[in-house]
Amino acid sequence: MRLAEAWRVAADALRANRMRSLLTMLGVIIGVASVVLLVAIGTGTKQTVEQQVEGLGSNLLLVVPGRLDVGSAPAVSPLTLQDVEAVGRVVGDPARVAVTVASGATVRAGNRQDFTTVQGVLETTPTVFARELARGRYLTRSDVDTGRRVAVLGDSVARVLFPDREAVGQQINVAGVRFRVIGVFTPLGQSLGVDRDDEVHIPVTAAQRLYGTQRVDAIAVKAPDRDRIDDLGQRIVAELNGRHPGTEFSAVTQEQILGVLGDILGILTGVLAAIAGISLLVGGVGVSNIMLVSVRERTREIGLRKAVGARPRDIGVQFLLEAVLLTSIGGLTGMALGVGGALLVAAVSPIPAAVTWWSLALAFGVSAAVGIVFGVVPAQRAGRLDPVVALRAE
Amino acid sequence: MSRTLGPVLGVAAIEAVDVSRTYQLDGVSVPALRGVTLTVEAGDYVALIGPSGSGKSTLMHLLGGLDRPTGGRLVIGGREVSGLSAPELARLRNETIGFVFQAFHLLPRTTAVDNVALPLVYRGVGARQRRERAAAMLGRVGLGHRLDHRPNQLSGGEQQRVAIARALVTDPTVLLADEPTGNLDSTTGAAVLELLERLNAESGVALVMVTHDGEVAARARRRITMRDGVVVADTATGPGGVGS
Ligand SMILES: Nc1ncnc2c1ncn2[C@@H]1O[C@H](COP(=O)(O)OP(=O)(O)OP(=O)(O)O)[C@@H](O)[C@H]1O
Ligand SMILES: [Mg+2]
Repeated sequence: MRLAEAWRVAADALRANRMRSLLTMLGVIIGVASVVLLVAIGTGTKQTVEQQVEGLGSNLLLVVPGRLDVGSAPAVSPLTLQDVEAVGRVVGDPARVAVTVASGATVRAGNRQDFTTVQGVLETTPTVFARELARGRYLTRSDVDTGRRVAVLGDSVARVLFPDREAVGQQINVAGVRFRVIGVFTPLGQSLGVDRDDEVHIPVTAAQRLYGTQRVDAIAVKAPDRDRIDDLGQRIVAELNGRHPGTEFSAVTQEQILGVLGDILGILTGVLAAIAGISLLVGGVGVSNIMLVSVRERTREIGLRKAVGARPRDIGVQFLLEAVLLTSIGGLTGMALGVGGALLVAAVSPIPAAVTWWSLALAFGVSAAVGIVFGVVPAQRAGRLDPVVALRAE
Repeated sequence: MSRTLGPVLGVAAIEAVDVSRTYQLDGVSVPALRGVTLTVEAGDYVALIGPSGSGKSTLMHLLGGLDRPTGGRLVIGGREVSGLSAPELARLRNETIGFVFQAFHLLPRTTAVDNVALPLVYRGVGARQRRERAAAMLGRVGLGHRLDHRPNQLSGGEQQRVAIARALVTDPTVLLADEPTGNLDSTTGAAVLELLERLNAESGVALVMVTHDGEVAARARRRITMRDGVVVADTATGPGGVGS
């Protein structure tokens, strides 16, 4: 029997048992769809996070007290503005140094209010983090030096507080203190369900007075030279260690952050793929099971085929092709569902999903392989059946 | 001998010499055939009779190359069975033997024409030619109007006629029918029997038929009687029904 004919025989057999074929496929469909969907979500999340970190601006160095590690608790910062000045001297250009002291606070305007993140910053922030203003102006050196009560609003905050008025020039009330709005940021949009425009920038000096603290949470440096960024980081850490003996500081680059995040998300994607892979395996066992049942149920058919001239190989190939067809069709259906699901998730939820070719190829390859692996035993059993015994079966 | 059109009568289609078949059942040897010697000639019409358990079906399976003897010499279509591999034996079945079973053994959910065409699939005949030949064969058994019916849409007699068409679509030299009318009522059975006899006469295919019906056996040209795994009588009866 030619192979093309064998495919037809297998397809006919599947069609003759539509319901069972469908149920058998279901395991594979679910397995493949979940592989594709979960890997898409993992990959999408990773891409989004990477874009975001890269979007912070290039050659960025973040200086924080403690160790920037997965799972390490944030330490209370001993950093002050004097330390920031010292870092500026190490860098050689204070305009390349930004700071933040952040806290959640309720911001009011008239009878409207919004709970948001209020960040005390230097006038250098737009340079260091590549932020742009939609309207008005950013903080100036003199705003910072004098602790002037002026604020730059994120796009969302501006919309909430001033839905039908221009925000710039208006008064707002931050934790009971009046500030004047001098600018509104260009929107950044959402990522991973977090609104990145939900923030208010005020001079760090004003923030410190507002929160009754001298501290600075973190320092960010835009390194002048990418190649010597690690060296600069070490010198900054050394300087800070000298100023605060006994406290640990870390200076991390974007690459390092990306590396850590990439590792976490890579593991996450792997775990998701593995879970989905297990369901695919379970689907494969289901195929094997049904094929064995099918061989038993169709024993008389096998006997008859042999009686009219089918060789053991013809029967074996027929059942193997049936298994491969089942899992391949299931695999393709699962792929379509997975891709559709990923598009749907990306469209209607904040979870990003990016379908990757390798996950499609892998899922399809695995499902076809599952068909072969789990089809071999039933196929061999069918091929070896004694026709006389098979014909007598009930 | 007026009904015989077999042009090569006298040439052995199947030859069995001292053939035995012993089953192993939980370590116990069950001898189903104990030294059977017989020849089926081209165009022959043989009735195989004997009590239940005497080894008729076992012999039929051997004659059709569906099973192998445990002893003796069996030659089908000029080829010694013991020297053939499983695929070679399958091919021999496909080319020289047609089986008709008591239980029809049609593929369910498969049309009559596709059932009849099945042996041609394993012969490598193309789809269109298969359908043509199967349809023509169904016409010869009087089912030209039932091509696309499925077995569950056919009566028992029609199903057995489909099975006969399937057995003959490859133009075999021997048609082996094991109680072909056993599942049919007497009228339908008689019609099926008539069909088998007509095909034997028309196309010269040798017909070996197991039957429990003495009247039927009397119509065959030869009557082989078995008991306890051996042939106890092998007599020519002829159209006049000459007994031994
Ligand atoms: N697979 C088997 N294993 C063991 N013994 C078997 C097997 N097949 C047949 N036999 C035995 O071989 C003997 C002959 O069986 P067979 O089926 O050939 O009889 P039969 O003449 O066709 O009977 P019936 O008229 O009832 O169909 C019986 O005793 C049976 O029990
Ligand atoms: Mg029998």
